[in-house]
Amino acid sequence: MSTLSQAGRPPAAPPQRRLRRLERPALAGVLVREVINFSSYWRSTTFSSTVEPTIYLLAFGFGFGSLVSEVGGYRYVEFVGTGTVATAVLFSSAFPAMFGTLVKRQYQRTYDAILAAPVDSEELVTAEAVWIAVRAGVYGCVPMLVAMCFGLPPSWGMLAVPFIACLAGFGWAGFGISVASRLDSFENFSYIISAVLTPLFLVAGTFFPIDELPDWAQVLAQLNPLYHCVELVRDAVFGWEGWTDLVHAGVLIGFGLVMWRLAVWGMTRKLID
Amino acid sequence: MLAIRMRGAVKRYGSITAVAGLDLEVPEATCVGLLGPNGAGKSTTMRLLTAQAVADEGELEILGLRLPGESKQARAQLGVVPQLDNLDTTLTVEQNLIVFTHLYRIPRGERRGAVERALAIANLTDRRGTRVDKLSGGMRRRLLIARALVHRPRLVLLDEPTVGLDPQVRQELWALIDGLRADGVTVLMSTHYIEEAERLADSVTIMSAGRAVAVGPPSRLIAEHAGAEAVEVYGPPARLHEVEAVASAAGLRTRRTGTSVALLSPEGLNGEVPDGHRRPANLEDVFVLLTGEEIA
Repeated sequence: MSTLSQAGRPPAAPPQRRLRRLERPALAGVLVREVINFSSYWRSTTFSSTVEPTIYLLAFGFGFGSLVSEVGGYRYVEFVGTGTVATAVLFSSAFPAMFGTLVKRQYQRTYDAILAAPVDSEELVTAEAVWIAVRAGVYGCVPMLVAMCFGLPPSWGMLAVPFIACLAGFGWAGFGISVASRLDSFENFSYIISAVLTPLFLVAGTFFPIDELPDWAQVLAQLNPLYHCVELVRDAVFGWEGWTDLVHAGVLIGFGLVMWRLAVWGMTRKLID
Repeated sequence: MLAIRMRGAVKRYGSITAVAGLDLEVPEATCVGLLGPNGAGKSTTMRLLTAQAVADEGELEILGLRLPGESKQARAQLGVVPQLDNLDTTLTVEQNLIVFTHLYRIPRGERRGAVERALAIANLTDRRGTRVDKLSGGMRRRLLIARALVHRPRLVLLDEPTVGLDPQVRQELWALIDGLRADGVTVLMSTHYIEEAERLADSVTIMSAGRAVAVGPPSRLIAEHAGAEAVEVYGPPARLHEVEAVASAAGLRTRRTGTSVALLSPEGLNGEVPDGHRRPANLEDVFVLLTGEEIA
C-alpha cells in the first residue's frame, strides 16, 4: 500500500493519472477471462464448429454436386467448400455473441463483476468482440480444410483466409453483441435469426451464385456483409480480382467498425444507468 | 481522510427517485453500515460508487478521486462484493481468482502470491481445483469476498454480504469482515440485518426513501433515539392496544414487533410500567422508529 499516497493533490487540479480509453491491461483482463472460460468448453464448441460445416459440405457438395458438377467455373465441392467459410464465420461469431452476451449480462451478471474492476464498457465490448473474431478466424478455416480433403487444391491465397474470417467475425460479433444489448430474452432472438440472419445466410452466394437471382435479391446481396466475405474468400483461394477485392475488404472493414460502435453504444446504455 | 464522500447525491429512474439527496461519509479504516428497508436506495448507492450508475446531481468522491470522471482509477483500489453471486461457475476456485488478478492489473510476478493469499482468506486453499458449481453456498460467498480482495483494495463495498446464509456461515463471514477492518481496509456494507451492522459497524447510516435519516455509531443512535431500555409486553391484540394507549398518553414511543409491543424509555411511566420483558434498547428499535417499517 505504499504507492497510494494522495498527498499534495490540489483540489482544482485536472485529473491526474487519467486512464486512457481502450487500455491494454483492461482489454487483456477481459480476454484472459474469455480464454480461461474457453478452456472449460472448447471441446463442444470445436466439435460443433467442425462437424456442422462438414455436414453442409457433404450434404450440398455431394447432394447437389451429383446434379451440378460445375458452378461459376468451379467444381461444386470447391464452390461450396469456400462459400461455407462465411457460414462457419457467421455461426461462430454472431451466435456466440448474441447468446453469450445475454447470458453474461442477464443471467450470470458477469458484466457487473467486470465493470466493478478498472474496465470500461467500451473495453469490455471491444475485448469480447476481438476474442470472438479470433475464434471465427480459426473456425472459419475448417470448411476450407475439409474441402481440401475432398480435392480443393492448395494455394498461397488460402493463407489470407483466417484474416478475412477474423475481420468478418469481428463485424458479426459486434452485430450479435448489439442485438443482445437491445433484446432481453432468448425468445426474441428468433426474430433476428429468422428475419435477418437466415435471409442473409441464403443470399450470400454460398450454395448458389447470386447472378441467377432476381435484381432485387442481387442488390440485397451487395448490402450483405456475408456475400462480401464469401466473394473475398473465393478470390483468395482461386485468385485475387484486384479492385473488386478491395471493395469487398472495404465493406467488411466498414461493417466491422459500424457494428463495433453500435455494440459499444448499446452495451454502455444497457450497463451504465 | 475520507474514503467515501457523497454530497447531495440524486439518482432518478424515470419518475422514481431512488437516491434523493444522500450525504454519506466513510472515514478511512472504518466500517460503515448502510441500513435501510427494501427500496431505501442502498443498492443504487452501491452502483453509484462503482460508477455503474451515474448520479443526476451531487458530488461523489472515492479515495479523493471524483466520480464518474476518475472512476476507473477509483475502481482499481476498490473491491466489490455483489449481493448476487456472479462467479464463473464452470471455472475452478483458483481460475476465478486468476481472472481477477488480471482484471485488477496485478503485475505478473505478484499474481501467484495474490491468488494464494486470497485462497487463504477464503479458507479455500484445499478447494482450489474445485469447480464453483460444486461449492456450498457459504464457500461461494467466501470466494466472492476473497475475489474482491485479490488486489489488496483500500476500500471494500459489501452489498448484503450475508443475505440468505446459515447463522454459522454468517458468523464466519463477520469474522472475515472484522479482520479486514483490523488490517486498515475501509468497509462500506449495506445490509438489512440489523445485528450485522450493530456488531461490525463503527458507524451506521440509516436510509429511508433515498435519504440518510440518521448517522452515527450504533450506541449513540440507540441512546439518542431509543433510550437505554425497552419493555416488551406480550399479550392478545386487545392488551397490546391498551398498552399502546397508556404509553402514548404518557408520551412514550412504542413499536409493534408482531407478537408484542415494545415500550421505549419506560422510566417515563414513573413505575407504572406494565409487566413485560425488560431488555436493552437496540438498533432495531431505532431502525423501526426512524424508517417506520419492519425489517423485510
